[in-house]
Amino acid sequence: MQDTAIEMIGVNKWFGDFHVLKDIDLTVRKGEKVVICGPSGSGKSTVVRCINRLERHQKGVIRVDGAELTDDERSIIAIRSDVGMVFQQFNLFPHLSVLDNLTLGPIKARGLSRSEAEDRARHYLERVRIPEQADKRPGQLSGGQQQRVAIARSLCMEPKVLLFDEPTSSLDPEMIAEVLDVMIGLAEDGMTMVVVTHEMGFARKVADQMVFMDAGAIVEHGPPGPFFEAPQSARCRQFLSQILKH
Amino acid sequence: MKTPAVLAILLLLGACSSSATWGWYVIDPRTPQGWINVRFLINGMGATIAVSLTAAAISMVLGLIVALPGFSQKRGWRIVNRVYVEFIRAIPLLPMLFWVFYGLPLIFRSMGLNIPIDPFWGAVITLALSDSAFTAEIYRSGIQSIARGQTEAAQTVGLTRGQTMRYVVLPQAIRRILPPLANQFIYIVKMSAFASVIGMQELTRRANELVVTEYRPLEIYTLLIFEYLILVLVISAGVRWLERRMGSDERN
Repeated sequence: MQDTAIEMIGVNKWFGDFHVLKDIDLTVRKGEKVVICGPSGSGKSTVVRCINRLERHQKGVIRVDGAELTDDERSIIAIRSDVGMVFQQFNLFPHLSVLDNLTLGPIKARGLSRSEAEDRARHYLERVRIPEQADKRPGQLSGGQQQRVAIARSLCMEPKVLLFDEPTSSLDPEMIAEVLDVMIGLAEDGMTMVVVTHEMGFARKVADQMVFMDAGAIVEHGPPGPFFEAPQSARCRQFLSQILKH
Repeated sequence: MKTPAVLAILLLLGACSSSATWGWYVIDPRTPQGWINVRFLINGMGATIAVSLTAAAISMVLGLIVALPGFSQKRGWRIVNRVYVEFIRAIPLLPMLFWVFYGLPLIFRSMGLNIPIDPFWGAVITLALSDSAFTAEIYRSGIQSIARGQTEAAQTVGLTRGQTMRYVVLPQAIRRILPPLANQFIYIVKMSAFASVIGMQELTRRANELVVTEYRPLEIYTLLIFEYLILVLVISAGVRWLERRMGSDERN
């Protein structure tokens, strides 16, 4: 129990009549990196969004660090503080400076003083290699820089788990590498990560578990070696051959 | 700003010398009586501005209080919001003014309260109430225009719903809310003319009173229109300045 970061047991979710998640079982141990891939509409983003309760699941159990996700607002906020999330669209706060983007959560949710929060923010900006951008507005940064700020914003909460929802999908090709480099660095430092991505090079390098989803269900699940070399299902084989061709 | 003022002066002066239809002497500041009359009319400006500003300030707060339940996850709260907006929006201003000024004190009295409502507060309450339905809708659309991703990002750094509103959504929404809110202020200024019927000494009331004694409606109401025009032009210049300032601040 102690070394389990995330546990999903028989998770089901519907959007109206549409069955988006079908009996999802997934266990992520502390320090593990899980990469989820699959065609669009397969439910992979929804899985990640259920872990920090941006979406409610209707059936099954989700536990984060031993605590079950319920409707209790206070416990959800506590869990969210421990689960960082990086979005496809960055979702930085455009009206705040980069530094204020990073300190908002630590000050308001963690109760840090401004100077503690700023020290921490500068530390993580250093870590994502853009300390010089602290006083700019997000709109003045490139996409790759914005996404690195978003990663730093998550890190400032010192989360136990980091979720990534297609973090490089809206980036220009030349900026993907700088974001992936940061993510690889985090992985090497032992961060627990659940990553939805189509970057299979990244997946091969860092993943402990590979998950392939299709039509709301986990179709293929296992360590990256067998997953890439000998996928069991035809659907996964087809998907991999399509995205690995390029 | 300059051109309309020049036009106004030209029209006034040009018409001064003309035919029997116009008798500008009644508000000619060069004659002692004309000067008294002009001062009498313009002195209503303070009351018009005071009523409008007070009503607008109350309406801004009331509108927010009405708008917030519209975002609740609980259906009951959302219904409160909808009923208020639909109901208040449907009442014409003049009947509401009569109800507040002549009717409301009776309700207070029946409850054993002795709260007199003078023309000023009668007008303020009516204008603020009536306008709040519209400001509530302005808040709603402004807040809804902030992308969902902003709320989600705030939640993922552990903010509560209240903190998310306060630190993330409202500061962004305010830029989209202020210009239409300022526009709404122009409506309040114009609607404040209704306060004349309950005896409030503002621009329109004073014009009416002067017309009764001088019997020169054309000249006096013409001046009245220009008084409102100048007031509104000043406000809209302010709104444009506000929009420019905030536009330059938004670097997205």
